[in-house]
Amino acid sequence: MTLMKKSAAELQQLLHNREVSVKEVTEDSFKQIAKLDGKVQAFLAVTEKEALAKAESLDNEPMDKRGPLFGLPIGIKDNIITKGITTTCASKMLENFVPVYDATVMDKINQAGMVNVGKLNMDEFAMGSTTERSAFKTTHNPWNLNCVPGGSSGGSAAAVAAGEVPFALGTDTGGSVRQPAAFCGVVGMKPTYGRVSRYGLVAFASSLDQIGTITRTVEDNALLLNAISGVDHRDSSSASQQVPDFRAGLTGDIKGLRIAVPKEYLGEGIAEDVKESVLEALKVLESLGATWEEVTLPHSKYASPVYYAIATAEASSNLARFDGIRYGYHPEGAKNLEEIYLRSRAEGFGTEVKKRILYGTYALSADHHEDLYVKAMKVRTLIAQDFAALFEKYDVVIGPSSATTAYEIGGVVQNQLTLYANDVLTVSVNLAGVPAISVPCGLSNGLPVGLQIIGKHFDEALIYKVAHAYEQATDFHTHTPSVGEGNE
Amino acid sequence: MTKFTEEDVKYFANFARIAISDEEATTFADIISDLVGFGDALKEVETDHIEPMTHPLQLFNVLREDVPQDILDREEMLASVEEHEAGMIKVPNIL
Repeated sequence: MTLMKKSAAELQQLLHNREVSVKEVTEDSFKQIAKLDGKVQAFLAVTEKEALAKAESLDNEPMDKRGPLFGLPIGIKDNIITKGITTTCASKMLENFVPVYDATVMDKINQAGMVNVGKLNMDEFAMGSTTERSAFKTTHNPWNLNCVPGGSSGGSAAAVAAGEVPFALGTDTGGSVRQPAAFCGVVGMKPTYGRVSRYGLVAFASSLDQIGTITRTVEDNALLLNAISGVDHRDSSSASQQVPDFRAGLTGDIKGLRIAVPKEYLGEGIAEDVKESVLEALKVLESLGATWEEVTLPHSKYASPVYYAIATAEASSNLARFDGIRYGYHPEGAKNLEEIYLRSRAEGFGTEVKKRILYGTYALSADHHEDLYVKAMKVRTLIAQDFAALFEKYDVVIGPSSATTAYEIGGVVQNQLTLYANDVLTVSVNLAGVPAISVPCGLSNGLPVGLQIIGKHFDEALIYKVAHAYEQATDFHTHTPSVGEGNE
Repeated sequence: MTKFTEEDVKYFANFARIAISDEEATTFADIISDLVGFGDALKEVETDHIEPMTHPLQLFNVLREDVPQDILDREEMLASVEEHEAGMIKVPNIL
């Protein structure tokens, strides 16, 4: 039996009773990775030597100096900068890029005494929702190896679901933490924009990007978000709001909770099995004393076109830094500066990234700027106002995290408009900047369904409270896939 | 729906400094045409008196004293650079 499927509290108990050491916990993670990752393919790099050396030194720390995450293994999405450890963004452009500093979240992970065991696969530069857009490998869903894990944080979600690590960091620009968490049957939180510092996160769309947390349980998720949240002088868009103790609010008491359920989130395009699971989940929440009403988010059908205009425009600007000179892919034998630029970007970026840069360049061009980019920003205002209006009357908004369960590998990756339309449930949350979580709420044909709980700005504490009450009233979080155990 | 042509692909690829082959131009023309059509849905939204939303939160300038901090090591930084000499990054002659 692996330690990697235990909660933080259970692992701390074992550590405090000296039944296991930090080194043994870390070794167990590498044992699981060795056993399972040939099939799951979640990791781009494992950092065994560094991790075991760190674990040994952590074992010398006195018990009374240890926090709730001390000595626990974590995997990091490969767009988060790690000093001395290759950070590729799953792109040929950064295949050999070794950062010279740590992202702020890595400083915080280190302060918490966590052990980074490796870097996780993703869609190239986080552009995708299946992890099939990685330049290096395709990650497989631990529940069914023929299916995608979702994306773009597919490696993070798959590694936690498979039991390779109990914790992972992902990033969410348009659903990239919540949708893979849903596909893999784990808990994924996209915090409020600004809650977590983005310093050291390779930028995709700066007004939307946020680092998020992926774990097996809500309580573990709350602990991890507590560890990485807070204002940072190195990210001027990080928020100075107080960070409450998220775990302290996990009382199970949600009596009187007012839930809004947008009819657009249970309407056309949402699979029947997903709808049924969400309606069942609402019954569970009712039985705990909550009430729900059907409402409308009138501009939600525009969320995906708005998102793609804004995200690609910002990406075309952010990715201009990859010029083949200071770092990253450098073409052989280029004769002049122009050729270095043209060839490094042509040879270093994959098709999806090039497409988004081109569309974003178009959106920002003089002839289309007003009609597309500025127009999208205006509709973004309307989408944010829709949410603000709901939160005057309701505490949380609930719907599915994804329109369907996990797709088959190769099934929809070429059908961009289907993929983009399926983003409608998640992208509006990033446009409004509000926080949202995905928690497991069922299985359909052996594949997990995710329940999305959306809150007001900086109200992660309430989201966790609701998610935890739901989780404790059901047993979906206790189901785990049996990959590598002979019966997958 | 607006058709995004192969010439459009090359025109915008030039701004984005991405070399594009004729074959790629054909592929991108099709898929970006679809995206342009997807974006056309926004035209039906009435936004005459709506301010564009540039950012999810109200932000203020963050200022500090002009004192160097978070200083990185030059040698470490140069480790990522393919071509450098005497502590400086080399580029082809531009004059």
